[in-house]
Amino acid sequence: MKTSVLKRVVLFFAGLTLSASALAASGGDTLQSGVDLEDTASLQRGAQLYMNYCAGCHSLKYMRYSRIAEDLGLSEEQVMSNLNFTGAKFGEHVINAMPAVGAEKWFGKAPPDLSVTARVRGSDWIFTYLKSFYPDEARPLGWNNRLFPNAAMPNPLWEMQGSLRPVFTKKEPTGKQNDKGKPILGCPKGTSESEDSCIKELVMVQAGTQSAAEFDRTARDISAFLEYVGEPGAMKRQQTGIWVLLFLAFFTLMAWLLKNEYWRDVH
Amino acid sequence: MANILMRTANNAMDWVNERAPGMVPFYRKHMSEYYAPKNFNIWYIFGVLSTVVLANQILTGIFLTMHFKPSAAEAFASVEYIMRDVPGGDIIRYMHSTGASLFFIVIYLHMFRALMYGSYQKPRELVWILGMLIYLVLMAEAFMGYVLPWGQMSFWGAKVIISLFGAIPYIGNALTEWIMGDYLPGDATLNRFFALHVIAMPLVLLLLVVLHIGALHEVGSNNPDGVDIKKGPKGNRWDPNKPADGVPFHPYYTIKDMFYISCFLMIAAFIVFFAPAFGGWFLEHDNFSEANRLVTPAHIKPVWYYTPYYAMLRVVPHKLSGVIVMFGAIAVLFLIPWLDRAKVKSYRYRGKLSWALLLSFAVSFIWLGKIGAGTGTDPVETIIGRVLTAFYFLFFFTMPIWTKIDKTKPVPERVTMHE
Repeated sequence: MKTSVLKRVVLFFAGLTLSASALAASGGDTLQSGVDLEDTASLQRGAQLYMNYCAGCHSLKYMRYSRIAEDLGLSEEQVMSNLNFTGAKFGEHVINAMPAVGAEKWFGKAPPDLSVTARVRGSDWIFTYLKSFYPDEARPLGWNNRLFPNAAMPNPLWEMQGSLRPVFTKKEPTGKQNDKGKPILGCPKGTSESEDSCIKELVMVQAGTQSAAEFDRTARDISAFLEYVGEPGAMKRQQTGIWVLLFLAFFTLMAWLLKNEYWRDVH
Repeated sequence: MANILMRTANNAMDWVNERAPGMVPFYRKHMSEYYAPKNFNIWYIFGVLSTVVLANQILTGIFLTMHFKPSAAEAFASVEYIMRDVPGGDIIRYMHSTGASLFFIVIYLHMFRALMYGSYQKPRELVWILGMLIYLVLMAEAFMGYVLPWGQMSFWGAKVIISLFGAIPYIGNALTEWIMGDYLPGDATLNRFFALHVIAMPLVLLLLVVLHIGALHEVGSNNPDGVDIKKGPKGNRWDPNKPADGVPFHPYYTIKDMFYISCFLMIAAFIVFFAPAFGGWFLEHDNFSEANRLVTPAHIKPVWYYTPYYAMLRVVPHKLSGVIVMFGAIAVLFLIPWLDRAKVKSYRYRGKLSWALLLSFAVSFIWLGKIGAGTGTDPVETIIGRVLTAFYFLFFFTMPIWTKIDKTKPVPERVTMHE
């Protein structure tokens, strides 16, 4: 006990500045998505993929088609014919046609709106989630997810990704004990929990229509699009910020010179 | 041309003076003839910075109320509407949310300054008390503001904090329901918190700020040396009867503050434009999920500025005791002017013991904040939290002893310039 307290003291002083990033990470190990919001082509591909593979179930109720056109450099015609499959007007939000009551019956849970999901989970999480599906006979729809165990949805991208099979390992004692003195079992580092066992990795058993690198790009594009949807104004805000900071830097310099001038005779 | 302008301005001044003769003396008393010690250091900017943030909160808040819908059904969507459809809405919202956190940063530094230089000692006890009341109202104001976006943390944070009142014997449950207007935080809660957040609390806050500054200007500002310039030699360049070590607040400190305010605005602007969520510390990730009473988040925690007290609440095993400890931790701060028995004000002239204890106190407060922001499931951390909580109270309860026995250095007759 004494050493662990001491360790914590050291960690506190060493990790005070690092704890912000630790806070963001939750829900298992995520992969680096490599999302780049300045890559408009990636966002455009992401929009196309989203509207074809996700929007049938997942609405973006705070996102307007017209805003997508404006931000992703697309014309009204392009958006209306390639991205809008619901007959909604150009200025309307991205709402799906699925009735909520039916959806709950079919999936056990109504598919959530994904407008601000990237702000809750982060694009790395979405990227990892999209790559973590595996077939599981025990689930109602035959699919499970390594990152988000017992996720309700099936893998919509399986044709592109191909078929993966999980490799299981046994749980190991963590060294901790529960209230009754029994050792608590856990999954070793780098693996993820799945009921009574741990998933070590997912291996490809049948290739899809895309190579691994191509599918990474597909998952990255969707993640990028959702990050953009989470805060469509983010890029513009940062561009404005540069000018604001430049102005403030100039103003600070002027204020500093003025201050020196006034305080020259105070000793 | 210049002549005509001057004459018009003078005539206008005379016109006002005839009708409101108190205005010019008021300006003189608080600005041009308020003599502040000339040896203020950087620790003395946090007072003015907090008024800058207060102004920011009020101005951005006014624009947010134009678009925000204070109802449980619409609040979350209206915030997204502000973020997406209102021109400049995202920046105004981030200025407000960043302002809330920066408010507490400058207030905590302002309070630490007061501790370091003994600014609460006689004759400034009332200044300290009024400042503490501001801190208290600010915590209530920020708490209610955090509920308004109606995210998961808004809802569950509100539920946890309001249910603390349920720990009070006999009236607890009735009180909790009375505060919420419901059995759970709901539409009634959001609606009344909106009213309190945008009008009641700001009015109280503004009144307290006026009283805080008014009380300060009656007794005059302290300074890093803790020397009372009013008791020192008289006569400066502007007035033969005023303190020799004082300079007129305007223009000397207004100009100097302008420079520091500008530096501060650069930091604030950097956060607003480039890191508004600040890694989940200023805007929590979970609060981008709409409030859902059926889904309890894995990890409920308040925003960082409450976490030291939240940690105390959590490490105390008994609920009512935890609540008492938590509120006691704030209440004890009011007593500091009477707990400090040192002969000198400033820590510059106090001994090593005082310094060591003050720094340990600051570290333990930050550490408690870190524990309060954590999951609270780690037993080792809980033990550390208990030790730190005990130290927090020991620091104050033994203050009359260690401030008295610690050696002091002789205080100079006049202020020393360190810049």
